[in-house]
Amino acid sequence: MSVSRRNFLKRAVKGSAAAAAAACTTVAGSPQPANALQREPKPLAPEAVGLLYDSTLCIGCKACMSACKEANHMPQEVGPDQPWNDTRQWDTPVELSAKTLNVIKVFTDGNATQKDHEKDGFAFLKRQCLHCADPSCVSVCPVSAMTKDKTSGIVSHNPDACIGCRYCVLSCPFGVPKYDYNDAFGQIHKCQLCKHRLAENQLPGCADVCPTGATLFGRTPDLLAEAKRRTALKPGEYAHYPRGDINGTVGGARDGHEKRVEVAYQSHIYGERELGGTQCLSVSAVPFDKLNLPTNVPDYGYPTLSEGIQHTLYAGMVGPAAVLGGLVYLAHRNTKDQHDPD
Amino acid sequence: MTSLVSHDAAPSAQPAHAPVGGRLVTVPFLIALAFVAIAGFILVQRFAHGIGAVSNLSDGYPWGIWVAIDVVIGSAFGCAGYVMALLVYILNRGEYHAMVRPAVMASLFGYGLAGAAVLVDLGRYWNFYHMMMPSYAQPNSVMLEVGLCVATYTIVLIIEFAPAFLERFGMDNARHKLSKVLFFFIALGVLLPTMHQSSLGTMMVILGHKLSPLWQTQMLPVFFLTSAVLMGFAIVVWESVLSALGFRRIMETAELARLSGLMVYTGLAFVVLRFVDLAVRGQLGAVFGAHGAVMFWVETLLMIGGIVMILPVASRRRGKALFVSSSLFLAGGIIYRLNVYIVGLIPAVGPWSYFPSLSEILITVGIFSLEVVLYLVFVKKLPVMHAVSTKHG
Repeated sequence: MSVSRRNFLKRAVKGSAAAAAAACTTVAGSPQPANALQREPKPLAPEAVGLLYDSTLCIGCKACMSACKEANHMPQEVGPDQPWNDTRQWDTPVELSAKTLNVIKVFTDGNATQKDHEKDGFAFLKRQCLHCADPSCVSVCPVSAMTKDKTSGIVSHNPDACIGCRYCVLSCPFGVPKYDYNDAFGQIHKCQLCKHRLAENQLPGCADVCPTGATLFGRTPDLLAEAKRRTALKPGEYAHYPRGDINGTVGGARDGHEKRVEVAYQSHIYGERELGGTQCLSVSAVPFDKLNLPTNVPDYGYPTLSEGIQHTLYAGMVGPAAVLGGLVYLAHRNTKDQHDPD
Repeated sequence: MTSLVSHDAAPSAQPAHAPVGGRLVTVPFLIALAFVAIAGFILVQRFAHGIGAVSNLSDGYPWGIWVAIDVVIGSAFGCAGYVMALLVYILNRGEYHAMVRPAVMASLFGYGLAGAAVLVDLGRYWNFYHMMMPSYAQPNSVMLEVGLCVATYTIVLIIEFAPAFLERFGMDNARHKLSKVLFFFIALGVLLPTMHQSSLGTMMVILGHKLSPLWQTQMLPVFFLTSAVLMGFAIVVWESVLSALGFRRIMETAELARLSGLMVYTGLAFVVLRFVDLAVRGQLGAVFGAHGAVMFWVETLLMIGGIVMILPVASRRRGKALFVSSSLFLAGGIIYRLNVYIVGLIPAVGPWSYFPSLSEILITVGIFSLEVVLYLVFVKKLPVMHAVSTKHG
């Protein structure tokens, strides 16, 4: 008895392992993006606009941070060691939060003396919403509070629709949407590319005040072309750097400036491919993993995986309807059968 | 045999289910009630001052134990009704009939209170009804599917449990009418958990690299469904053994032995599938050193412990072995779901850390205490448990 039982178990384990292997291979193991359970990646919005951030041009003045606060009427950030009601203090954000939609961060190494050097150097990074081509926050939102504009591709949030589930906070691969936990009526906050200013032909706050053109506004394809021009530059070369809007239309025409390229750019343009591409791009002389951006990521957005599963299982609700039909039949038959007295 | 669906012909016939009876106000009952009151007090603070005032939730860990334990794990506890309905009415295994009604009741509490917990966790709870309104619906959202599905299922559970109420208050006419259409709700009651329990896994697929490779896979829906079935079996076995001891009822030994067989095979399938999935994804090395590796082993060893305990058929007739095994499976399922929702999470741009605050824990304890209170009231006052000649006096 025990021997045959063991044999049975062995066979059961082997059999189920083989079946499981087959199932896993079809679902998770097939080469991307030929995965059976993956939907098509989304293309860039037709009139996609965004920002090009050039770390080598950034001088860390943080004018963009105060302009952002003003443009979006965001409150001061109060550090943990400051009294919360002291109105004389400076705004002191260190990371994106429910009060801060845009932040300049700095990477340092060793004695941090040389700008844009990986060793013994430092480099800046601007953090704000990257406005993904295929945003996770939009895919997860159950009540259409997070939306992506069909034309401009700007990802924006509507607090009046929001139920405060914070699935967008959880799912964003870049850690952008933030919730205000210390407010009984807290809401989600994120950069919306100053769409209210764009509507009046004004630049987003950050791009408007940037003195060096480190934050440049424009159509995403134009910004990508500009990023490619810059990453091809050699150290020692002089190059022209525009300010404001790359096309000089939004916010009016502005002068650019000539500048010598001090350190070689990384060839990597952040946002060109990452997770299906983002409308805001970055170039830098320091590798992006040093700047705390996720670099080991696929070039399709994660919604292609989750929506792939859902669209397959629930296509037109045909599958669930068919299953329900079968279940109704069985339940009807079996409840009848089981009525005979005990 | 008559049960959930019953057409008792003769009024004089012995009813299939009977209230357990006995005193309602006991020491455990009062302790549970005290925890409910404490949670109520903390809830006032939460709604007056915000989520941050009582919890350690942050933008790195926006979902804590209120989601992971109260909803994700709590609803798995609620899968008892799902697996029993599946067995009895779909697979036509009438021998488990006596276990259906208590299982459905456990599910009703599990899901009802998961729904209540959601309202505690939602930051903008006053907009909650947007989930039900087509004008707000975002069909790509896995959460929308889970939310609607769970809400519908809770209603289905109320309908499935209604015969116990109708029986208690002598509304035989209504009960008779309901029993004619009950098969449809039973079918729905099997479909809906299949959908939302798997979707609870799909919810985390979109986290991509923010979930440790030990758990991130497109097989998440399969693992969540399997763990739901496993925990459903485990809770039925666990509860049967415990109530047999607690209420001094005769144990349904033969049924339990067969049921624990199903439980052990489901557990085996889960563990085998987990390793096959890791191998197919090329992540077998991750079990030593990836984010959360220790908890991976805790989860896996609990499951293996549950399997080993009752692998010999003879041990499936021993109450002690069944109790330990089902406890291990429950713990394994709990840790698996906790791992996927909290432990395995790698937040973007840290450093972040999370451990629930005392107030946060007390709210969860309060919700589960409410479940205990309701269980005691229902079991003692309503015809829930299978009528047997009990030994209690």
